[in-house]
Amino acid sequence: MIESRALDYSFDEEALGFEAPPRGAGVARTLGQGLAVAAMAAGFLALVVVWASGWMRGSWLGLFLSLGLIATGGTATFYLRFAGTVPGIRHDGVVFGSATGRGWIGWGLGLVITGFYILLYWFPQTLEGGVHLVDPLSQILAGKGADHWFLYGLLYTLAVWVFGLRMFMKYRHNRYQQVRTASVMIVQLGLSFVLPNLLKAFHQPEFYFSYFWPLKWSYLWPGDFGIGWLVHHPSRVGLWMVIFGAGMSFVATPVLTYFFGKRWYCSWVCGCGGLAETLGDPWRQLSSKSPRAWRLERVSIYSVLVIIVVTTVLLWIDYAAGHPVFGAAAPLLAKWYGFFIGAIFAGVIGVGFYPILGSRVWCRFGCPQAAVLGLWQKLFSRFRITTNGDQCMSCGNCSAFCEMGIDVRSYAERGENIVRASCVGCGICAAVCPRGVLKLENGTTHADRFYGADRPLDLLISSALRGPDIPFERRD
Amino acid sequence: MHTVILGNGITGVSAALRLRTLDPQREITLISGESDYHYSRPALMYIFMGHMRYQDTKPYPDSFWDQQRLRRVRGWVVGIDAQARRLHMHGGESMAFDQLLLATGSKSNKFGWPGQDLPGVQGLYDLMDLRLLYENIRGVEQAVIVGGGLIGIELGEMLHSRHVPVTFVVREASYWDNVLPAEESAMLNRIIRDAGMGLRLQTNLQEIHAGADGRVAAIETDDGERIDCQFVGLTPGVSPNVEVVRDTAIEVGRGILVDDSFHTTVDGIYAAGDCAEIVTPGEGRNLLQQVWYTGKAQGRVVGEVMAGRDAHYRPGTWYNSAKFLDLEYQTYGQVGFHLPGEKHLFWEHSDHRHALRIVYTDRGVVGMNLMGLRYRHRSCERWIEEGRDVDYVLDHLEEANFDPEFFRRHEVEIRGVLRGQYRDQRARGAAA
Ligand SMILES: Cc1cc2nc3c(=O)[nH]c(=O)nc-3n(C[C@H](O)[C@H](O)[C@H](O)COP(=O)(O)OP(=O)(O)OC[C@H]3O[C@@H](n4cnc5c(N)ncnc54)[C@H](O)[C@@H]3O)c2cc1C
Ligand code: SF4
Ligand code: SF4
Repeated sequence: MIESRALDYSFDEEALGFEAPPRGAGVARTLGQGLAVAAMAAGFLALVVVWASGWMRGSWLGLFLSLGLIATGGTATFYLRFAGTVPGIRHDGVVFGSATGRGWIGWGLGLVITGFYILLYWFPQTLEGGVHLVDPLSQILAGKGADHWFLYGLLYTLAVWVFGLRMFMKYRHNRYQQVRTASVMIVQLGLSFVLPNLLKAFHQPEFYFSYFWPLKWSYLWPGDFGIGWLVHHPSRVGLWMVIFGAGMSFVATPVLTYFFGKRWYCSWVCGCGGLAETLGDPWRQLSSKSPRAWRLERVSIYSVLVIIVVTTVLLWIDYAAGHPVFGAAAPLLAKWYGFFIGAIFAGVIGVGFYPILGSRVWCRFGCPQAAVLGLWQKLFSRFRITTNGDQCMSCGNCSAFCEMGIDVRSYAERGENIVRASCVGCGICAAVCPRGVLKLENGTTHADRFYGADRPLDLLISSALRGPDIPFERRD
Repeated sequence: MHTVILGNGITGVSAALRLRTLDPQREITLISGESDYHYSRPALMYIFMGHMRYQDTKPYPDSFWDQQRLRRVRGWVVGIDAQARRLHMHGGESMAFDQLLLATGSKSNKFGWPGQDLPGVQGLYDLMDLRLLYENIRGVEQAVIVGGGLIGIELGEMLHSRHVPVTFVVREASYWDNVLPAEESAMLNRIIRDAGMGLRLQTNLQEIHAGADGRVAAIETDDGERIDCQFVGLTPGVSPNVEVVRDTAIEVGRGILVDDSFHTTVDGIYAAGDCAEIVTPGEGRNLLQQVWYTGKAQGRVVGEVMAGRDAHYRPGTWYNSAKFLDLEYQTYGQVGFHLPGEKHLFWEHSDHRHALRIVYTDRGVVGMNLMGLRYRHRSCERWIEEGRDVDYVLDHLEEANFDPEFFRRHEVEIRGVLRGQYRDQRARGAAA
């Protein structure tokens, strides 16, 4: 006899899903947590007041009371939240949370961030209050008053640091996460914020060493909206910067990607990646895993790459010929690229939609740098994610938390290695896997990357003796 | 030919996929009363804890099944007419089959405790239980989980994540020490208590008492102690789900009896996975394997058999893995089998969150346990299958390490400690 508990069961798991279960007696917020949240709230209040009224504007006190309090309160909140728990994966309630599960807080945050980008790009004069707020810092760093880009850079860096420290706490049992988070935090602060402003202070070109063509497209474009201003800069270091940038694009990219995979850039250096890995972490699970998203991704990311390459080539042809060979085409393409791809795609959608579409929308669907790095990674790299035998039990944590929307499970459950162009090597799939099935590895050769190296030491020897083409049995 | 697979768990689905690969023309139907689509049973806990949505626990996109031409039927089978080759469904319909695979899984054990059927008392096996749990934990101030084991600790973690205070009531002297050696088991006791859960060892459930509202209000232990609680989780293990074959010609022992090609005693009817008991002539004890991996492996073999191939299930070196709260566990080979002449080498980090055990006999290394360390399945398996000696394994530990990059490596320390133990054991052996 089949039990009545089964026969009477009529729940429609497909249509209804499983909502948040009831909570028990619970743990009350501690005094420290309350204070931290209060500090953050006070900071936001001060920000609004200073921004809108102009009171204390341009003073250090105003800056500390607003952004300073928000950052300190935010960091303390995250610290205390994780400090009370045993180190380990803490994703409890991620799906149910209003902020992390596309609830009204999530939508609200999305609106706020999106709105900020729209003001920043097209109505910067509306940000004047905030610009003056950060004046004192700009005075010391760049030697002059702030503009809206300085404000943006500061907010960006603060976000990377506050949420970077959150990552440190969340993954205090995982050194891979800590090391790469430290890397993006330091690069953001040093190479993307302090150094460019210092360069300005010393009347050098404002150059970002952590970006290069094609992501920073203008670093290889001819003429005044390209490298012109660098090359013709009176200080002469500009030329070296151009050479550095070209070296990163054409030498460092293939070489480093061969050894480490695209992660060396995407989740260790890049500022966009840095923001996605820190501020974006609470939303990584929102990236779509549907086959449709995957088909769209393949078309869109390589289209952007083609557009940027074509634009660059046309610009150079025009430049070499000394007159517009294709009429107004090249400059027009360049302008549109900046508007549609640079501003709307990378900024407004890429970051503004974090709480709705997940943290790597731009990196996954648009970034031409990611496209280039991905091609290298897929075709010629030692990097792979290895699967540990047959231990996968298809739970789906790896796929759910892959910010690039890769269905990691579909490989893991077949015992196959994951070699995907889009994988940024964040290592979260390996971190969340409850059965320890996944490991990010740089093999000793690129040739065996699809099948995994069971015996890396033996492999090293045999690959030295026989060359890289070791035949590997494909496991069923 | 119409093949009907009863059960859309990992066994049924693995069989269906293998069969589809080998026979593109076959008409295949998967039946389950539990869910429309195959989902990962071990992921049940993550739905409840809010790590994933239910959809995320489905290994294949919904479009996959039509693409593979695997028909899905939702409903309970209440009877099998082996003679007429028909299944009878709850609700009156019936379905004809040429081949039938029984992959009905397990069901939670109940040991006839007084009060075990009270409202507020339940096990954890399927979506029905999960749904029930939502109702049962409403307003609960104290939960008790009776019977240790893997599912018990998962249930505890689930309740804990919703801030429901949990106490384990366990018969053993140390958590799961019927499977784990004493040291690993002690690590579990510690991690349970560190998480803030209660743990009563060597305690037996005597009776479950109802309150005035008819729901569970307390349990009574064998030493007469009463623990007030509004929820009782019963997780004293599982046994094969054989309800549907009772009173048919299909023979049943503890599970549905099959040979190593998963034929039941009735022609054209097969059984595999949790519900099957594999008769192994000459070995004394039949094989009952009730984990995900074995379901997958058995499903593949029975898929081949149903496609007309001559395939046999040959279980390889045993392995399993689990996670107790935040403590990962892997096991390879024969640990806890009490082999004649077996000896143990054991290292534990001072933080009590990392440990490694090697079991060896004069045949070489026969088993390994890892706590808080990830090792390569293939390396450990190969050492055991090749009968490597302790020295070889200790020399090659680094090769097997599967922890993420930058993690602290313990191999040098482990080698030092275990070498010392090994030397002592051999000296003692020589002296004796
Ligand atoms: C909470 C939990 C956690 C687990 N974690 C792990 C783990 O970490 N690692 C591991 O290796 N194993 C784990 N297991 C065990 C593992 O899930 C099982 O071994 C595996 O699911 C068995 O697969 P199966 O296909 O044989 O059976 P099942 O998955 O049980 O599938 C059988 C299906 O058949 C259906 N069915 C049965 N009878 C009928 C009928 N008469 N009519 C219609 N439908 C019917 C059932 O409803 C069920 O959907 C866990 C089990 C549980 C309950
Ligand atoms: S596959 Fe893993 S490492 Fe790669 S992007 Fe996804 S989560 Fe990160
Ligand atoms: S998280 Fe691990 S066990 Fe779960 S599906 Fe991914 S690889 Fe498999």
